[in-house]
Amino acid sequence: MSPLAGQLINLFAAAMLLLAFAMLSQRRVLTLIHLFALQGATLVASTAVVGYATHQPHLYLSAGITLALKVFLIPWLLHRVINRLSVRWDVETLINIPATMLIGIVLVIFAFNIAAPIAQLSASVARGTFGIALACLLLSFMMMITRSKAVPQVIGFLAMENGLFFAAVSATYGMPMVVELGIALDVLVGILILGVFMFQIREQFDSLDIRHLEKLKED
Amino acid sequence: MDALALLLGSPLAGAALLALFGHRGAARDLNVAFSLGTFIGACGLTARVVAEGPLTAWDREFFVDPLNVFLVTLTAFVALTTAIFSRPYMRVEQEHGKMTPRRLRLYHSMYQLFSFTMLLALTTNNVGILWVAMEAATLTTVLLVSVYRTAASLEAAWKYFILCGVGIAQALFGTVLLYMAAEKVVGPEAGALLWTNLEAAKAHLDPQIITVAFAFLFVGYGTKVGLVPVHNWLPDAHAEGPTPVSAVLSGLLLNVALYAILRCKVLTDGALQAPLAGQLMMGFGLLSVTVGAFFLSRQKDVKRMFAYSSIEHMGLSTFAFGIGGPVATFAGLLHMTVHSLTKSAIFFTVGHAAQKAGTQVMEDIRGLARANPTIGWGLMLGSLAILGMPPFGVFASEFLILTTAMREQPWATPILLAALGVAFASVFGRVLPMVFGETALKRLPHQPALVPVFVHLSLALVLGLYIPPYLDGWYRQAARMIGG
Repeated sequence: MSPLAGQLINLFAAAMLLLAFAMLSQRRVLTLIHLFALQGATLVASTAVVGYATHQPHLYLSAGITLALKVFLIPWLLHRVINRLSVRWDVETLINIPATMLIGIVLVIFAFNIAAPIAQLSASVARGTFGIALACLLLSFMMMITRSKAVPQVIGFLAMENGLFFAAVSATYGMPMVVELGIALDVLVGILILGVFMFQIREQFDSLDIRHLEKLKED
Repeated sequence: MDALALLLGSPLAGAALLALFGHRGAARDLNVAFSLGTFIGACGLTARVVAEGPLTAWDREFFVDPLNVFLVTLTAFVALTTAIFSRPYMRVEQEHGKMTPRRLRLYHSMYQLFSFTMLLALTTNNVGILWVAMEAATLTTVLLVSVYRTAASLEAAWKYFILCGVGIAQALFGTVLLYMAAEKVVGPEAGALLWTNLEAAKAHLDPQIITVAFAFLFVGYGTKVGLVPVHNWLPDAHAEGPTPVSAVLSGLLLNVALYAILRCKVLTDGALQAPLAGQLMMGFGLLSVTVGAFFLSRQKDVKRMFAYSSIEHMGLSTFAFGIGGPVATFAGLLHMTVHSLTKSAIFFTVGHAAQKAGTQVMEDIRGLARANPTIGWGLMLGSLAILGMPPFGVFASEFLILTTAMREQPWATPILLAALGVAFASVFGRVLPMVFGETALKRLPHQPALVPVFVHLSLALVLGLYIPPYLDGWYRQAARMIGG
């Protein structure tokens, strides 16, 4: 493997983490979708580089699926949803943004701590980035918790899937093909269902604010 | 492998066909017919495993052993009886205008697809496909829960999707780590995720990776089992979906998720040589039993109450598997079986009762024994059975779990006894007036489907009195496999 490839992988990993923070701090829904597409593109690039450096042709296929789904199809679907529902407003977060960022930094340190001993054991060229993958996962998780609107929550869910794929690439050169196809199918069907749900929630509550979804509680 | 092909093919064909014709009058019968085909496949598969022992099929992608074949049969059986129950239930819902033809089509198609995903999760040999099937099961049940399109059902479905989506993502991360550990031992081919390979190599898996992997897998699949503190989706999803869906969620989906945890536990125990997995399962199992029992008394909605009872019982099974050893594992498997049978029977009666009263609020359901004796007595017997009254199977399994706990983990016994006592008082106190109170309600216009109720209850009764030798041997084999 050339040193250039190793440098590139590290660069893309840094970009993934930066984008995860950018999404965490972003208030506008439209920009959030663009950032998500950009994160998908970074994932595609790093997958392809790992595939090229290690001569693993199935990673190209995996990169192709991610490109089609996460860079083109899903952002396009999300665009359609927010256009049809005209939800371009600014997102209110449940915790203010600076506090979120600080918690995010703590999460990153935590992720690096867990990942360090495991990454040592990995045989992959990208093992150094395993901690970053876990950090992306946790940051997206946090984004889901702190957002009160349906669309950002869904984007957080999808970004979490990005982090997972990145973890798979950096730890093991990706999952076996049949599993990867199954996951891609589940994600696609899931996003279609969520899209339909958003229209129905809007119809029922006249809003996409999921704080309306708090009727079912213990008395 | 004709039996396996029938088992998986029948629900898949059913899903495709009912997606086209699910709104016709005959769809309810077709739904039963496809479920019957699945059940015949399950019986054939069981016969083969009993005769020939564990087997793999189709390039070793599928794997059937005593542990999963017993769950396959249970799943196919409860799916069949629930389909029978759903016939009159859906007819009434249609007449009340809650089910339009489009919704019926979605319901029937998703019901079959849900059966397929659960059977796929049970029979696949690939730990990755197990994850894919569990996620697919979530997706189909999300559609089933939201089928009424009311505000409450949408809320329940959204919460269910988000919470289980997050949970199951943790399980995928655990699977990635598992693959990473396995790759070094088994080799980087697709075979590294096959359970048969993993089991053979489990002693050589890296303990450090496996520890973290199990933590993620446990949180992920534990969300679907409904373990406290990640149980919040469960009561909502049970209460707001159609009653046949509540029955299969409680009776089947929770079992399949627990099965996934068991498979991971076997690998973890083999790799670590330390009881980490068991301790985690005991801790969270006990927490679920306690929280589930104490929340029972605060419920107003009958389906919600029995959903909390499911959390309690799944916690009890998880606790039993956590203790480990052949006896506790045997008790855990038995408890999974009788809980499935009894709980789905209860949901069948509750479904009819709620339709009759036009509400799920317990205070408004009164006097079932007078207005519709068979439903009333079915609910009464079912509740007694689920509370662990002696002649029924739940008593046998709870007794086994408690006595093993006394011997192995004495500190847990008072907590378990207190929780079971609280559960008894809360559920019995609510069910009694529902069955025997005064009422002005009329009988149901339709003949309710009571055969499934009483078949389930008598099976639970038989299992409490006498476990047939072949079933006993079967449980023992499975218990040896997971309990060590």
